[in-house]
Amino acid sequence: MTATITRHPDDATLMSFAAGSLPEPLAAAIAAHASMCAHCRQELSGMESLGAALMEQTSKLGPVEAIAWNPPRVVTNMAVPTPRWHFDGGEQGARGELVPNTAVDLPQPIVRAYNLSLGTIAWKRLGPGMWHHRLDLSPGVEGDLRLLKIAAGRKMPIHGHGGCELTLVLDGAYGDETGVYWRGDIQDVDDDVEHAPVADAELGCICLIASERPARFRGLVSRFIQPWTGM
Amino acid sequence: MVQTWAHVGPRRQSKGPPPSRDPVLGFMPRGLMSDLLARIAKDKDNDAFRQLYETFGSRVRGYMMRQGADPATAEELTQETLLTVWRKANLYSSEKGGAAAWIFTIARNLRIDRLRREVVWYELTDEMAQAVPSGDQAVDDIVAQNERQLRVRATLSELSDDQREVVTLAYIDGLSHSQIAERLSLPLGTVKSRMRLAYQKVRTALEDLQ
Repeated sequence: MTATITRHPDDATLMSFAAGSLPEPLAAAIAAHASMCAHCRQELSGMESLGAALMEQTSKLGPVEAIAWNPPRVVTNMAVPTPRWHFDGGEQGARGELVPNTAVDLPQPIVRAYNLSLGTIAWKRLGPGMWHHRLDLSPGVEGDLRLLKIAAGRKMPIHGHGGCELTLVLDGAYGDETGVYWRGDIQDVDDDVEHAPVADAELGCICLIASERPARFRGLVSRFIQPWTGM
Repeated sequence: MVQTWAHVGPRRQSKGPPPSRDPVLGFMPRGLMSDLLARIAKDKDNDAFRQLYETFGSRVRGYMMRQGADPATAEELTQETLLTVWRKANLYSSEKGGAAAWIFTIARNLRIDRLRREVVWYELTDEMAQAVPSGDQAVDDIVAQNERQLRVRATLSELSDDQREVVTLAYIDGLSHSQIAERLSLPLGTVKSRMRLAYQKVRTALEDLQ
């Protein structure tokens, strides 16, 4: 079975990621998508060049005092943050390219950051045919990051969003008013959009959902479960 | 011994015709950045590092301060950014982006880690590039990357004031789109469309280099 990545994040979202200003849960979803999508990695490279050009001009933005230069051997043993993961080739999912779907698992960034794999997730039941697994964010970070598993043909509750929301398909597929999303595809929606996704009738769907603010689920099911799940 | 770049003497006189002046960096001849990285990588060349520091130090520091770092923290993060360059210059590959873009990503990651204390959801370019020591880079790559950075820099002057404002708030001040919308009292969609329009200019400028 193969999948084709045809749904990419909004350029503005990718730029915010390249700028280092995308809220943490959204950044996780973009990192996961980029690990599967060569097209977006290429775009990010251009966007980082824009960052470099803007940084060159920071000295024009306001007075910056001269800095002392210390020979590097004097300053030693400074810790450099290690990213929680890095790309290691992985799937080469350029726009229109076929991505083999033989070994479906979570994207590398999620695997590394949370030491998780699809087989080891302790799913919690969210409602009939719906399970989720929340992923921790850094202390003080707002928003929501979770894996969602939806049974074949199951409707997800209608929901609107506070701020931006990204949905990355990890297995199976889902569809809504805007089309069908397969593995590697990402849906990037604003706070003025409401959608009611339906999981693929045969495959069901596992996806990563990231929101800038807690998702606001509506409808019978969600009203019923909201008090216990915080959704 | 501590030197201050404001007190550094005149640039060393080189033989032959003067190098072309970089429009933004002023004294920095084109192509020199990648060359400096190569010298740092190969010989741990202190002088090359000092030149790199003089070029990027104030910029990285200004970048950190715009995000709200106090002067001491900004100084520390600047040192750390450039020490990372010093230590990892041999892992840098121009295939993965220009030298300036590489330094930007190091500074950006440090800022997320130290100032925001959030997860660094990025690959570091050097980690992607481990197989290609910079000493073996094709000259074509270096030229292409310099060209790339020059074009992006030129694009900045083509941005409208509105576009420049939002990209600066995003890249330099570290504001999310929602924060920018709030700061400028604009709808979120307007912020995003200005960002997109700004990037379209960059994309067009780089089209034939991809």
